[in-house]
Amino acid sequence: MTTADVLAQARAEGRAALIGYLPVGAPTLTASLDGVRALVAGGADIVEVGLPYTDPGMDGPVIEAAAVAALANGTRVRDGFAAVEAAAEAGAVPVVMSYWNLILQYGVDAYARDLAAAGGAGIITPDLVPDEAEDWFAASGAHGLDRIFLVAPSSTEERLARVAAASRGFVYAASTMGVTGTRGQVGAHAADLVARTRAAGAEHVCVGLGVSTRAQAAEVAGYADGVIVGSAFVRALQEEGPAAVARLAEEFGEGVRDR
Amino acid sequence: MTDTRTPDQFSAPDSPLPQGPRFGEFGGRFIPEALLPACEEIEEAFAKAVLDEEFRTEYQRLLAEFVGRPSLLSEAPRFSAHAGGARILLKREDLNHTGAHKINNALGQALLAQRMGKKRLIAETGAGQHGVATATAAALLGMECRIYMGAVDVERQALNVARMRLLGAEVTSVEAGTATLKDAINETFRDWVASVDSTHYVFGTVAGPHPFPLLVREFQRIIGLEARAQVQELTGALPEAVVACVGGGSNAIGAFHAFIEDESVRLVGCEAAGDGIDTPRHAATLTKGTVGVLHGARSYQLQDSDGQTLESHSISAGLDYSGVGPEHAWLHATGRAEYRPVTDAEAMDAFALLCRTEGIIPAIESSHALAGALMLGRELGPGATILVCLSGRGDKDVTTAGRWFGYLDGEGELPG
Repeated sequence: MTTADVLAQARAEGRAALIGYLPVGAPTLTASLDGVRALVAGGADIVEVGLPYTDPGMDGPVIEAAAVAALANGTRVRDGFAAVEAAAEAGAVPVVMSYWNLILQYGVDAYARDLAAAGGAGIITPDLVPDEAEDWFAASGAHGLDRIFLVAPSSTEERLARVAAASRGFVYAASTMGVTGTRGQVGAHAADLVARTRAAGAEHVCVGLGVSTRAQAAEVAGYADGVIVGSAFVRALQEEGPAAVARLAEEFGEGVRDR
Repeated sequence: MTDTRTPDQFSAPDSPLPQGPRFGEFGGRFIPEALLPACEEIEEAFAKAVLDEEFRTEYQRLLAEFVGRPSLLSEAPRFSAHAGGARILLKREDLNHTGAHKINNALGQALLAQRMGKKRLIAETGAGQHGVATATAAALLGMECRIYMGAVDVERQALNVARMRLLGAEVTSVEAGTATLKDAINETFRDWVASVDSTHYVFGTVAGPHPFPLLVREFQRIIGLEARAQVQELTGALPEAVVACVGGGSNAIGAFHAFIEDESVRLVGCEAAGDGIDTPRHAATLTKGTVGVLHGARSYQLQDSDGQTLESHSISAGLDYSGVGPEHAWLHATGRAEYRPVTDAEAMDAFALLCRTEGIIPAIESSHALAGALMLGRELGPGATILVCLSGRGDKDVTTAGRWFGYLDGEGELPG
């Protein structure tokens, strides 16, 4: 299954898909794999496996702290494949979210090959714009992976068209100008951005950044194909453990059906 | 007859040298899509500004009347005596207002930000010199200012923190990651992505996504343009070599750029080797690093096999950076410039020597270039002229140097 299949199926069911993020290796490798399984058990349709990076410029304090913990306990880039396998075995479609240098050092084609072999469906690339992605176009094409680029409220129509054309699977719409983290409200421009991105040619648009309550998930599900939740799951896993992740996923799962 | 007219600051439109986004295979724009419009806006605004007489006149007026340009070229005869008889000439960026070359760039970008209608400046700083320069430009132009500085650097450059606050800037101590310059850059990007409508990020070095490597180079190339004319005026010839310290590389690009097409002139960048390049404690990015993407550009960096950034080390906060600008990567890869490691100990020896032989207290950053010039002079032998970019003064480093030489104990008190 590709991410597009999942999103189409959710649409057919009259709901949005739930996309949950967890970084591999935090607080430990084992606990993060349990967290991934709990996400899927709770109802996440797509799991975003984060690769911890020393310089996560797009992430807020919760995810950065998790990355620091993961790196401190020796987490490697290849450990991401274990989390991808865990998510796939549990029945969700896994994608990886990674800053580009990690993929570059592994080797773009080699990474794509190994990710596909592990059951991964694609990569979300927060610091790669299509203009710099020549290697990634080739590798994702060769290994049948989704290319999930981002758009933001600052994106011009020209950029939206460029990203929509470059993406495969879905386009990740950043709800607000800022970094990852829980917020009191989802950006007011998010609905408009989703509409503009669709108008620019995107088949599926999912919204992330700042979604941290069931009510917010329901609101976003009203206009997006998928609702992406990150920091709230990360915090639940670090502070309470896998059971809390499953409970939270159930709650968000109700949210995306309650639009 | 040498040409002594004030050289034109900005590269000619038909310059054969790279103007970004690529410098050979290096450079580019590895950034969140959210920041792409801002980078394009800066690129366009800069391209227009350099063609605008009003902008050029105002910038040049500030360089003359506020910074004190052109900066002097000083002979260093007693220092040269330790350099195998080579003639060492110092380009005195230390005499600029605020004490370093950083003000050339900060003022230029602040003026550009004003033209773009931005009300607020943000910047990262390592040694604090770029932070002070940005805070100064903000005060001069009546703009808001916030500076991000790694907690480790806040501690070792306390004087510059106080200076920034006196100038009206807010200083945020960054505890994340290794709490040094690279983490300050991450934090400044986080601020910028949330504030980009009102705020300009005054990037301090020739790194980062396009157009910053170009922008900063263009505002710093006055160093080499002035020095090239001054050296020719003084000696009747070009120097054998130009030597500068390299962290991110802004003073070095500034010093080198006017000489790149002078094939006879060796360009020598001095990287911080910390405890030594055979130890893990150094910041010799070009000597020991590998190619990757960090802070928005493809260049050399210190990283492990997974691509995780390795912690750098240098006694000098301004050189304590795991990355380096993409134009230096290009100069290194093509062999046009050479990059040498200089240890903490070698830099501090050169620091002390300049103090005692010439009556100039240099920045510890610049002392790496001085140490490189001593080595190069001994290699080149008598008669060679070596231009050294003395990028900053050492007032901010008195506590660090006092501890190193044993004039102060660990608490900054006199021993005994």
